[in-house]
Amino acid sequence: MKRIFFLTACATILSASGAFAQTAPPADSAKVEAMIKATFSKAPPEWQARIELDETQRLCTDRRNQVSAAEADAIQKRETASVVFPADGNFLGDWKKGYLVANVGTGGQFSDVPNGPVGGNCFACHQLDPKELSYGTIGPSLTAYGKDRKYDPQAMKDAWAKIYNSQSAFACSNMPRFGAKKFLTEAQIKDVMAYLFDKESPVNK
Amino acid sequence: MIAHVEHILIYIFLNVKSLLQNFAENGMAVEEAGGDMIELTKKMCRRGGFAAFAALISLAIGSTASHAQTPDAEKEIERYREMISDPMSNPGFLAVDRGQVLWSEKRGAKNVSLETCDLGLGAGKLEGAYAKMPRYFADSDKVMEIEQRLLWCMEKIQGLDTKDVIARRFSAPGRDSDMEDLVAFIANKSTGFKIEPQTSHPKEAELTAIGEGMFYRRAGVMDFACATCHGEPGKRIRLQGLPDFSKPGKQAQETMGSWPTYRVSQSALRTMQHRLWDCFRQQRWPAPDYASDGITALVMFLNKQAAGGEITVPSIKR
Ligand code: HEC
Ligand code: HEC
Repeated sequence: MKRIFFLTACATILSASGAFAQTAPPADSAKVEAMIKATFSKAPPEWQARIELDETQRLCTDRRNQVSAAEADAIQKRETASVVFPADGNFLGDWKKGYLVANVGTGGQFSDVPNGPVGGNCFACHQLDPKELSYGTIGPSLTAYGKDRKYDPQAMKDAWAKIYNSQSAFACSNMPRFGAKKFLTEAQIKDVMAYLFDKESPVNK
Repeated sequence: MIAHVEHILIYIFLNVKSLLQNFAENGMAVEEAGGDMIELTKKMCRRGGFAAFAALISLAIGSTASHAQTPDAEKEIERYREMISDPMSNPGFLAVDRGQVLWSEKRGAKNVSLETCDLGLGAGKLEGAYAKMPRYFADSDKVMEIEQRLLWCMEKIQGLDTKDVIARRFSAPGRDSDMEDLVAFIANKSTGFKIEPQTSHPKEAELTAIGEGMFYRRAGVMDFACATCHGEPGKRIRLQGLPDFSKPGKQAQETMGSWPTYRVSQSALRTMQHRLWDCFRQQRWPAPDYASDGITALVMFLNKQAAGGEITVPSIKR
């Protein structure tokens, strides 16, 4: 019993020291959490609850996204378990509506009007339609996404899992977990999938 | 004649505004502030600020390139630098003037001015004070950034009820902000000084470390941290270049040395309190408490990355 405790403690210390080897001494995370509480003390309770950390966020925060191989496996396993595939087995909706999902950047902000439009804001981080010049570069270019994958059903399934929960395939990805966090609906994910995979979509032109 | 010119300028300005809006990422503050461009245009016409228009237009076009350093973009940025320090062309200096009046105005239950307020270098000493803030103050036993300190002085020195001042923390059309004006005035007295992060007091060092921890904390519906958008060089959201604050150096220096700033898209002078409030909004976090210690912690960390950067304020930005 004691031995197990000792080994776990060693593993924790080793992995932690590895992750922080090149940086300044990290802040005591209890102090950071106390400061977060104080900083948002006037926010409504449901908003305060939104920024409490789940297990994955805690680890990605502590490691500044540089998780060990074992930690990455554990995260991906947990996040994969949350992925829900469409009940009717149909991955693709309407690419025209999918453009809106990709283009709309409101939703989830304290400045949003109640029941206003919610979008995935994919353009903020990705190039999609090569004709659209206003795109971000935090994520890779997704131009010709379906075409390059020959509209392969397995590629569609993988992309669904990626959009539903980016961390099912990439621990501590900078991409949001749109489905798992209930930010986008199943219908919206189908539509944005069609934007990536429909032959008629400008993404594949 | 003047009326005619005014007309043309309004036309140009409105076009620039829509250009700016196209460039802005969705849901960015441009829309929410709803700044009155026509009023501003008229005001600037009266001041004869032609240089400002040229500069603002080049700013609108150049802003997309501000992190991609082509020679042309550099020339534009150089022109723009000259312009921001010209009080005739930068509406931010109107805030500086208003701030100067507020600084010496007798107010509060004690009917005294703020002129004896100690910003760290001694009572009423303003030259270079902002460059060394946030810092530890023995009288309050707290590390304070500029706006926290001003509120403290208003309460302790003037006996002023700050409720109204806090309600007007961010200006809006038809509603001036004492805080924005005072910060513009005080920060301007540090133009030409270098950012000097304070770390000698244990509370300063501790708050800087907490700020760093906050910068990397991933949370909310989108799992965003400051580092998601500001953790790597050369990234952008839509067309907006994102300064990288994960490493000390030029990007942090240029950023922190240019706040407070006059934001063209909002027709208002803005301070770091407003910038971070806006970033938390985009981060899908709740609105942070105004002048809270957490904002001070983040500013401590950002200033640590920006150490040595030269201050030129108020600047002008998109
Ligand atoms: C905050 C930035 C961000 C946003 C917003 C974002 N992504 Fe991503 N995305 C990334 C990053 C970073 C990667 C690369 C790392 C990874 O694979 O997780 C990525 C990867 C992907 C991939 C896998 C690419 C490949 O290599 O096969 C797909 C597909 C994708 N994103 C689709 C989307 C869609 C659709 C949306 C909008 C609903 C979206 N992303 C929104 C950041 C983002
Ligand atoms: C979703 C992306 C996103 C997140 C998350 C984010 N920011 Fe920003 N930030 C931006 C954008 C966009 C700008 C505007 C850049 C421009 O105007 O070119 C910006 C601007 C800034 C600036 C001013 C830059 C300048 O040159 O004037 C500072 C300082 C800053 N952010 C700090 C932070 C801090 C601290 C956090 C965490 C509390 C944070 N940001 C979180 C997107 C983000």
